[in-house]
Amino acid sequence: MRTWLVVSLLALVTLVLVVLSVGTGDYELTPAEVLRTLAGQGTKAQYLVVTGRLPRALVAVLVGVALALAGAVFQTVTRNPLGSPDIIGFTTGSATGGIVMILLVGAGPGLVAAGAIAGGLLTALVITALCAPHGLLSSRLVLIGIAVSAVLAGVNGYLLVRAKLEAAAQAVGWLTGDLAGRDWTYFVPLVLVVVVLAPFVFAHAPALRMLEMGDDAATAVGVAVPRVRGTLLLLAVALAAAATAATGPIPFVALAAPQLARRLTRRPGPNLAASAAMGAALVVAADYLGQRILSSSLLPVGVVAAALGGAYLIWLLVSSRGRVRAA
Amino acid sequence: MVQIAERVTPRPAGVRTLVLTVAVLALAAVVLLSIGFGSNRISLGGVLHGLFAYSGTFDDVVIRDDRLPRTLLGVAVGVALGLAGALLQAIARNPVADPGLLGINHGAAVAIVVGTAVFSVDSAGQLVWFAFGGALAGTVLVALIGGATSPLRLVLAGVAVQAVFVGVNQGMQVINTHNLDRMRAWLVGSLVNRDLGGLAGLLPFFLTGLVLAAILARPLNTVALGEDTARGLGANPALVRVTGMVAVGLLSAVATAACGPIAFVGLMIPHVVRALVGPDERWVLPLSALLGPVLLLGCDVLGRLLGSPGEIQVGVMTDVVGGLAFVVVARRLKAVRR
Repeated sequence: MRTWLVVSLLALVTLVLVVLSVGTGDYELTPAEVLRTLAGQGTKAQYLVVTGRLPRALVAVLVGVALALAGAVFQTVTRNPLGSPDIIGFTTGSATGGIVMILLVGAGPGLVAAGAIAGGLLTALVITALCAPHGLLSSRLVLIGIAVSAVLAGVNGYLLVRAKLEAAAQAVGWLTGDLAGRDWTYFVPLVLVVVVLAPFVFAHAPALRMLEMGDDAATAVGVAVPRVRGTLLLLAVALAAAATAATGPIPFVALAAPQLARRLTRRPGPNLAASAAMGAALVVAADYLGQRILSSSLLPVGVVAAALGGAYLIWLLVSSRGRVRAA
Repeated sequence: MVQIAERVTPRPAGVRTLVLTVAVLALAAVVLLSIGFGSNRISLGGVLHGLFAYSGTFDDVVIRDDRLPRTLLGVAVGVALGLAGALLQAIARNPVADPGLLGINHGAAVAIVVGTAVFSVDSAGQLVWFAFGGALAGTVLVALIGGATSPLRLVLAGVAVQAVFVGVNQGMQVINTHNLDRMRAWLVGSLVNRDLGGLAGLLPFFLTGLVLAAILARPLNTVALGEDTARGLGANPALVRVTGMVAVGLLSAVATAACGPIAFVGLMIPHVVRALVGPDERWVLPLSALLGPVLLLGCDVLGRLLGSPGEIQVGVMTDVVGGLAFVVVARRLKAVRR
């Protein structure tokens, strides 16, 4: 009951933020004007503004959902609050794929996205292969992920140093995670990925809950542990890679959204719906703030997400002094 | 949280002495390699001439003014990183702990960005102090937020502080491309073109870190027996951890200020050392200090060879080599499930 209350509230918050965000920019619209235009009763100019900005907000929602679901799956499977895709290197892999396309191929957004997805999947494959002889033991996965992530970070740094300043600036812009200029061409592939993959994740929610109890317990209630875990991780990697492809890596959403959702719903377990709603709210909020904080320049969503996410974790640690199991 | 147990057993004294001897020899060898190899081929005789019979020939200048300072810097930074990593892992009781993990590098990066953007500092000698201050501030912040008592909180605090720093940093880079140009060069980590005169001011901090590490070796052994046992033996675990964090902060700040963020030396070396000599900190700390520069200089030489006619920066090499080696180590670890 509480879960659904939380989900509806978060969805409402997201909706409000989307409306506010669509009204924000050089040409300001009031929320009422945005709603009226969406209902088909705005002026032609308003219509153009709203439809111009709408995909950006919707991409933000989808990216949040995708990252949060990926984070929830990873944290549950690895049984580790730090075991989210951004920490264990899959997003670094996507980043490498993306900037290889930008810096070495000089490619446009489509190929950058393809590179990001390929990079994420390839990294996942390598990490899984390296874990393989002993199975995907949670702590080993995190360790090897951190190691592979560092190798890739080195490669990324080297590519940036070698590149011309202009190309490097473009790559850094993408690496920061930005929603500027995300139009329908970004929205369409992303929505396809999320709409196809997310239901599969939700269908596995019961199995995921069992996995959290431990492999033995899950096996005992009839979960085919290796197959289910493999499927779920593959889905999560694909979701995270698709999100990264659309905006560049946005930090902390995959890490924080499931944790925040758990706190709000006061329920253990993966909390998939609440995590997804929280992820959407977080990304949309970060993007809205980024457009509002400074009047002179727009802050990319990734910067705001990093600062907010970090500040949240710090607050969490400070406020829970004495209790060892923070987060 | 990551919980890892290593298959580490105490080793007989003979093995330790052997390891120590090999480590000293390896350090000597890598120092010679670092001075001897480069884009200019200089014979062994030429190297010795440049070192001991300096007469101002071109080769002499290359040896004395380019390779020797670079090598010395590499040794100092390697010692600092190896020790900082070993201390941190002992304090956090977490073999994944690495100075880089605690937001130290990124604290330095933010300070450098602020230095260039806000205070218009341009000289390397002055930026070193911004880097040092930032790195130290990052460590202090992490230690304050994480508290000195719990290893888990320490790591989480590192992740959190680092995220805020990275966010601020990237924001400044996106807004100002001049920062980007400076930062991307600094952020890879390199031993090239460092102004040794400007770095000399860091020496007292480096030495303080070394002394603290030496003092801490025995108390860290006691603390490793567990909180209660340590208190029973008259040790003060909280004091040991706080002092240890001060040493970690000083050593990694010096290293980061001197040559940019270098990851993995602090993560890798203590692992290798513990596998070789067992868990006794009185052996782990000095051997980490000896082998840190072996890895760092080795990577630097490798970067010069692989990248010729140019070079691959040592920070990139340590990331790749250290990362790959760490994969091997991680695969050999025995994982403990909660």
